Amino acid sequence: MTTKSQALLNWIDERFPLTATWKAHLSEYYAPKNFNFWYFFGSLALLVLVIQIVTGIFLVMHYKPDGTLNDAGISIAFASVEYIMREVPGGWLIRYLHSTGASAFFVVVYLHMFRGLLYGSYRKPRELLWILGTLIFLVLMAEAFMGYLLPWGQMSYWGAQVIINLFSAIPFIGPDLALIIRGDFVVSDATLNRFFSLHVIAVPLVLIALVFAHIVALHEVGSNNPDGVEIKKKKDANGIPLDGIPFHPYYTVKDIVGVVGFLFFFSAVVFFAPEFGGYFLEYNNFIPADPLKTPPHIAPVWYFTPFYSVLRAVTYPLFGIDAKFWGVVAMGASVVIIAFLPWLDRSPVKSIRYRGPIFKAALVIFVISFFVLGYLGVLAPTPGRTLAAQIFSVLYFAFFLLMPWYSKIDKCKPEPERVNFK
Amino acid sequence: MRIDVIKTLKRLAAVALLAPTLAFSAEVALNLDKAPVSRDPVALQNGAKLFVNYCLNCHSASFVRYNTLEQIGLDEQQIRDNLLFTGERVGDLMKIAMRPAESKVWFGTAPPDLALVARQRASGYGSGADWLYTYLRQFYRDPERPSGFNNVVFENVGMPHVFWELQGDQIAHVTENPDGTKNYRLELAKPGKLSPEAYDKAVADLVSFMVWMAEPVAAKRETIGMYVLIFLAGLFVLTYALKKNYWKDIH
Repeated sequence: MTTKSQALLNWIDERFPLTATWKAHLSEYYAPKNFNFWYFFGSLALLVLVIQIVTGIFLVMHYKPDGTLNDAGISIAFASVEYIMREVPGGWLIRYLHSTGASAFFVVVYLHMFRGLLYGSYRKPRELLWILGTLIFLVLMAEAFMGYLLPWGQMSYWGAQVIINLFSAIPFIGPDLALIIRGDFVVSDATLNRFFSLHVIAVPLVLIALVFAHIVALHEVGSNNPDGVEIKKKKDANGIPLDGIPFHPYYTVKDIVGVVGFLFFFSAVVFFAPEFGGYFLEYNNFIPADPLKTPPHIAPVWYFTPFYSVLRAVTYPLFGIDAKFWGVVAMGASVVIIAFLPWLDRSPVKSIRYRGPIFKAALVIFVISFFVLGYLGVLAPTPGRTLAAQIFSVLYFAFFLLMPWYSKIDKCKPEPERVNFK
Repeated sequence: MRIDVIKTLKRLAAVALLAPTLAFSAEVALNLDKAPVSRDPVALQNGAKLFVNYCLNCHSASFVRYNTLEQIGLDEQQIRDNLLFTGERVGDLMKIAMRPAESKVWFGTAPPDLALVARQRASGYGSGADWLYTYLRQFYRDPERPSGFNNVVFENVGMPHVFWELQGDQIAHVTENPDGTKNYRLELAKPGKLSPEAYDKAVADLVSFMVWMAEPVAAKRETIGMYVLIFLAGLFVLTYALKKNYWKDIH
């Protein structure tokens, strides 16, 4: 480094911990060297967050959160989305990046969470890291739900109507709470405007703060790895973990490979299948919202369907309160219970590599349940499907609630002293 | 064992991703003909002519400007001479004079804006183009209906058969299945101005135009997409080589 730039760096370092931060979080932050495929999804989630924020900024320049009708009888909000698609230069690309990004966010986050299940990433000392992650997931769901109202299509409108009505099932405060959320007696222009505000300002601020805290917590405890052993236990004379490598340059160059690989599939969807068969952009959502015409079948977007199935699976009232309320409770519990994993898991080992057959079977059943619930959530309910949703909801919860028992009695293999690396 | 679990999970994931495509079979089935959608400018221009002459009186296409039709090979003068009838300007949106509130009273429901119809009508049974192609060819005589026509795909539709002169009169032989659904066999009772083949071709052109109109950028999007994917594939090779090089001292 030339003396001039060194002098500038010194000047900054005396006033701001630039070099210290760089070292602590990148060039001298030691990560296990045995990360595999599953460890790409954290950095990819961050990438998608950036894509959503940048494309979102440009969408807001042209989008109009206005539920009133124009002279052709189409709501201004819906028309402004088509204006972006047709008349704003590059607008179609920005919009498809944002709509595909929403689904990609959930794909990446679900895989990121599954990695945690595979390798026990939630176990001590990473409990807070895991709870922060669960909070991010919750906030992300709120963000996606509110964003989905903005195109003001039929599914936007009626999906919001259905979900907001759920709040009215809460005893005593429910109806008033739903009224406050909507700002009106039905989903209307008032709802659209407040969801717009929350989607572009309030929730993203919370999301970014939580993501920041998630990374701070990660860098405090260090990453887990596919063997589930703590690399900080074996250090060399300089205090550097023997199985650790500096995040930069090793994982920056590796994550760039992941980023390019991800962008390949992401672009394939954006450019060749932006509707993704009606799952990323629902066909009915190309019809402008019509408060007087309820669609025959209202399905939430795919990433909500597993939890939506849990909601619909509850069909009997309890303690004199409507089944709908207990459905809402079950749906909420199905998300919140994820945060309790650190205390539900009593296994002596973290990684699936050393777990016994019971945990492996439980995880397979859990994943099957999640997919089946997701599949059922897309469909209109029939008695047979409701029964299936009930069975798989029970299995979903059993994975968590029985874990203290089955993780303890499972026959585990001994963990290695050091990580495996080929 | 570990490998087996991952493999099983991968397989399950694949099955679960495909499963929703079967989801629609449980609802009332629509039998749709596959629409021969074309991006040939001649077909699109013929479709545009049919659209402006037959549809754009009751239906608007309020997101489409007349001069966007330059993208399907028409020049400004051609648009002006052939597609503008009542003093619109070439940069105007394809709106109509009829007000939605009034047409709702006249037809029972306001004729929908058609700019996005090819995307709206997609379902598990087929693309929006398939729906339109089948719908526009399956009007049949029904004296019970105010317009004298009914439709196989859209029962008791409010829209009259605007192409009756071209297609002629079809009559329906209806048989009922044990499960209550109906089978329709259509027969051309009185030929129209066009032969059945020519009529199918005209509808195909119109549907192709509607597909274009629903997303005029589609062809450009796919062209750009090819370059993007080729670029990313090349970049992947380079970044992978970079990673390999950096990691060669990690044991």
